[in-house]
Amino acid sequence: MVGILEDKDRIFTNLYGRYDWRLEGARARGVWNGTADMLSQTPEWICDQIKASSLRGRGGAGFPTGLKWTFMPKAIGDRPHYLVVNADESEPGTCKDREIMRNDPHRLIEGCLVASYAIRAHDCFIYIRGEYVHERERLEAALIEAAQARLIGKDNIHGWDCNIRVTHGGGAYICGDEMALLESLEGKKGQPRLKPPFPAGAGVYGCPTTVNNVESIAVTPEILRRGAEWFLGFGRPKNSGTKLMSASGHINKPGVVEEAMSIPLRQLIDDHFGGVRGGWGNLKAVIPGGSSVRMIPAEEAEVALMDFDDLGARKSGLGTAAMIVMDKDCDIVAAIARLSYFYKHESCGQCTPCREGTGWMWRIMERMVTGEADPKEIDMLLDVASQVEGHTICGLGDAAAWPIQGLFRHFRPEIEQRIANYRSRRANVPGATLIAAE
Amino acid sequence: MPKAKVNGVEVEFENGMTVLQVAELAGQEIPRFCYHERLSIAGNCRMCLVEVKPGPPKPQASCALPAADGQEIITDSPMVQKARKGVMEFLLINHPLDCPICDQGGECDLQDQSVGYGRDETRYAENKRAVEEKHMGPLIKTAMTRCIQCTRCVRFITEIAGVPDIGLISRGEDVEITTYLDKAVASELSANVIDLCPVGALTSRPYAYNARPWELTKTETVDVMDALGSAIRVDARGPAVLRVLPRVNDAVNEEWISDKTRYACDGLARQRLDRPMVRRDGRLKPASWGEAFAAVTARLEATAADRIGVIAGDLQDIESMKAAKDLFAALGVASLDCRQDGLVLGSGPRESWLFNSTIEGLEQADVILLVGTNPRLEAPVLNARIRKLWMAGKARVGVIGEAADLTYRYDHLGAGPSAIAELAAGGSSFADALKGAKRPAIIVGQGALTRSDSQAVLAAVASLGAAVGVVREGWNGWNVLHTAAARVGGLDLGFTPAPGGKSATEMTAKGALDVLVLLGADELDLSQTDAFVIYLGTHGDAGAHRADVILPGAAYTEKNGLYANTEGRVQRGERAVFPKGEAKEDWSIFRALSDLLGHRLPYDTLEQLRAKLFAEHPTFGQLDYAPGSTPTALDLAALGVAGALSDAPFASSVGAFHLTNPIARASVTMAECAALSTGLKLAAE
Repeated sequence: MVGILEDKDRIFTNLYGRYDWRLEGARARGVWNGTADMLSQTPEWICDQIKASSLRGRGGAGFPTGLKWTFMPKAIGDRPHYLVVNADESEPGTCKDREIMRNDPHRLIEGCLVASYAIRAHDCFIYIRGEYVHERERLEAALIEAAQARLIGKDNIHGWDCNIRVTHGGGAYICGDEMALLESLEGKKGQPRLKPPFPAGAGVYGCPTTVNNVESIAVTPEILRRGAEWFLGFGRPKNSGTKLMSASGHINKPGVVEEAMSIPLRQLIDDHFGGVRGGWGNLKAVIPGGSSVRMIPAEEAEVALMDFDDLGARKSGLGTAAMIVMDKDCDIVAAIARLSYFYKHESCGQCTPCREGTGWMWRIMERMVTGEADPKEIDMLLDVASQVEGHTICGLGDAAAWPIQGLFRHFRPEIEQRIANYRSRRANVPGATLIAAE
Repeated sequence: MPKAKVNGVEVEFENGMTVLQVAELAGQEIPRFCYHERLSIAGNCRMCLVEVKPGPPKPQASCALPAADGQEIITDSPMVQKARKGVMEFLLINHPLDCPICDQGGECDLQDQSVGYGRDETRYAENKRAVEEKHMGPLIKTAMTRCIQCTRCVRFITEIAGVPDIGLISRGEDVEITTYLDKAVASELSANVIDLCPVGALTSRPYAYNARPWELTKTETVDVMDALGSAIRVDARGPAVLRVLPRVNDAVNEEWISDKTRYACDGLARQRLDRPMVRRDGRLKPASWGEAFAAVTARLEATAADRIGVIAGDLQDIESMKAAKDLFAALGVASLDCRQDGLVLGSGPRESWLFNSTIEGLEQADVILLVGTNPRLEAPVLNARIRKLWMAGKARVGVIGEAADLTYRYDHLGAGPSAIAELAAGGSSFADALKGAKRPAIIVGQGALTRSDSQAVLAAVASLGAAVGVVREGWNGWNVLHTAAARVGGLDLGFTPAPGGKSATEMTAKGALDVLVLLGADELDLSQTDAFVIYLGTHGDAGAHRADVILPGAAYTEKNGLYANTEGRVQRGERAVFPKGEAKEDWSIFRALSDLLGHRLPYDTLEQLRAKLFAEHPTFGQLDYAPGSTPTALDLAALGVAGALSDAPFASSVGAFHLTNPIARASVTMAECAALSTGLKLAAE
């Protein structure tokens, strides 16, 4: 068998767009089936079910979704509740939400209705990344279909008024941070707000708000339909369920696939993505969750499991479960330097450590690439990274520090060698051919 | 009350306080750049990081974190030290090392805190960032390379000044503070950003490269540019006043001052009357004090008391008015007036001309009606207070008068007096709000009280006030907003025509008087009077031009003097520098003159004068006290005289904000600002 997950257990059955994405096709795949029954239960029941399923946020941080929903006020007070779906998928290497919105938009819309009901919200915003033009059009078309079929909107057949709107960003990575997203949603400059107050207390327009990732929302109706026990059946405890995983980089067949949590990383690559370019032995390192986690070297990748806790114990993280695979031909220092440039470019500039630190780290990394740096600068770079990490308003500072920390944790001798080579005017071999080709 | 431990010391605090405030309660000073207690919390400089237990195992920004009961706050652990040192290093890597040529040097937060948290050598080997200068008008000098992006200026300008003229653009290390289109900041409070800026990015343009803070003599005094009596500090070097800075006075100006208060001080060195002058052959010629006094006494002795008049100006201290009043009353002069503009108030109870709710007390008001006033021009700091109320959603504002941009939204109820009757008749939503208000306040400006029909306007406004209960148990919302610093002092002193005396307007008419004494009065139309004019003042302004004898006096920074602000709060001004040239303190000139006139005033020192003043007018003895909403017998119905109202719309008494008094008119900086603001207005129209 390929992978672990059987076809009958897949939630996203139209991930590759082979079938009709419209309402008819979605209904044929089970979407909107029994939604009214779910909404006939109490919101507390839904929250309990999601809690029981151990669903952890699919956006990267892995916060328990059901628990997050229970932070919302138990009744609507003087301020309305809002559900905000974070579809600002801008993480390098990650395009799982894109596939959902492109090929299975009704699954997301159904999830929006169910989650809105669970948190007692009558309004839901889907904040979609500005570059996802095609996906936005799909989603908007699907919303019109659903509204015409009176599945959502005012006086719908499910008995819970739910107005779902799509707004799009301007293409800033930082707007994927929930607090910056809320600012941007309100029409302001995308700069993260301070926590506390947390969104459940004062979110969009100062009202109680829950912000969830597209995938977290899209899987909830299926969990309710099949039961929390079914979802718990996959993966290790506290890491249960199925998850969209993807791979890019030096593998033979890049793509997105739905798999059970806790699948061994190697099995995932070999079964679904056609193996590493040049065979497993050619693997150098994997960044397992987008770009914002520390990398793991081949020997750890061999035994790592794709879940929050195992990768966390390896000082990495599951993140978005979008692997960036790098083989031995890859100039891994240049790759991380490029990521550093990305974080420097996407820093909002609000708080000091990130504004000043990302640029500094990138500049040192560029010197590391060529080997011009001083060997002492390695420790200085790590010190600078530690001064950024954990000192910022949002997580971008951490995300900028981690790839660099991961690189030096596992490949420090290589960089030292590179610096020594530069100083003795020797050519630096690894990756040289690829760089020349580019 | 909840308790928290700060470095092991237990402190009680009030709910809603932040960790930073709690730490300060415990005596732990937390370094900060972006946090300012009167601005919204940005939390972006990350300098105030502390360790908090229970909490995540990383330092937290104390300025934004609400304190909780039982919390343990650690401000000096190695983790905190390392975090702050890291932030300081980041702030300094792109900050130029130009302290020797930076005007902020010596009073720079970054400089001070780098002593505590800076490294002794730099690890940053890259090029430093350079940022283009921005144009922010004639008051604010920029050196944006020094900016640390704390956004205090942005928050002040948008939140308190209420104009969208400064913002933060771009992203990451390219962020820049800018005025967007390189235009001057169009606010009367703009220069406060200079004080707020923790580094030398925004500095004072007129003061640029003038002095170092440690060279300056600092004198704490009060301002006379408007009737608020803002607390200021005058910084002088030798005989020159170099700058004026705000002091904190929560009851009046919080910690803001207007641009006029701050920058009219260069007018103190220009157009000054520094020696006595006497008109001979049609021209003013320098004279000795003896010659000038001889000319004055000869005239006064030769003139009947009913042909002599005295008018006090807008910047006078109470002592000089007291000395003038004592002297001329002894001579039998009845024509005394301190109301150059013809204000109709002054004969009733004291509460009728005061800002009774007090400036701080205005924050209790829930509905505010402005009549014939543009507080943005007449008292910018008060206007910021009203805006603060409006921003917090605590008060609704209505305006009868000019529909000017006041930086907050209001119901415009009409331009002229007819709107008062319409409002009293009810029907509009604002009328309902005013009627239903718990603490209604009416602010009446000089624009409504200095017209030919002002008695009738006053009667109409007062009866409206009585109808909606502006004066009630525990609340007095009858507020008169004055524009002259000397006005309330003059009225309290009774510097008004005695029975049979003439008012200021009558005194300046043709043939009304033989001798007119002007005590720093420059806002009069003197073209008609044919009297012999004795001018005692500081600047070669309107009064001096018409004078026959000039007696040089002392400006507000050059004498100790009392001033009563629009609330009736008596405050003490202190001398920062000595009077210019041969000029003397005003009261001592009258004292010397009294000797020559044979009516020796019974005081030889300022202390003796004040003792007499306090004995005769006990209100002046209550320093820094505003009567406020004390139980009062103010009968609004007795104010004014009902009569015909004209249709003419109310106009603010302040036309050109920057040019309202002789000092400001002598100021080059103010002239520049005035030219710019009229230019901007022309362009807008």
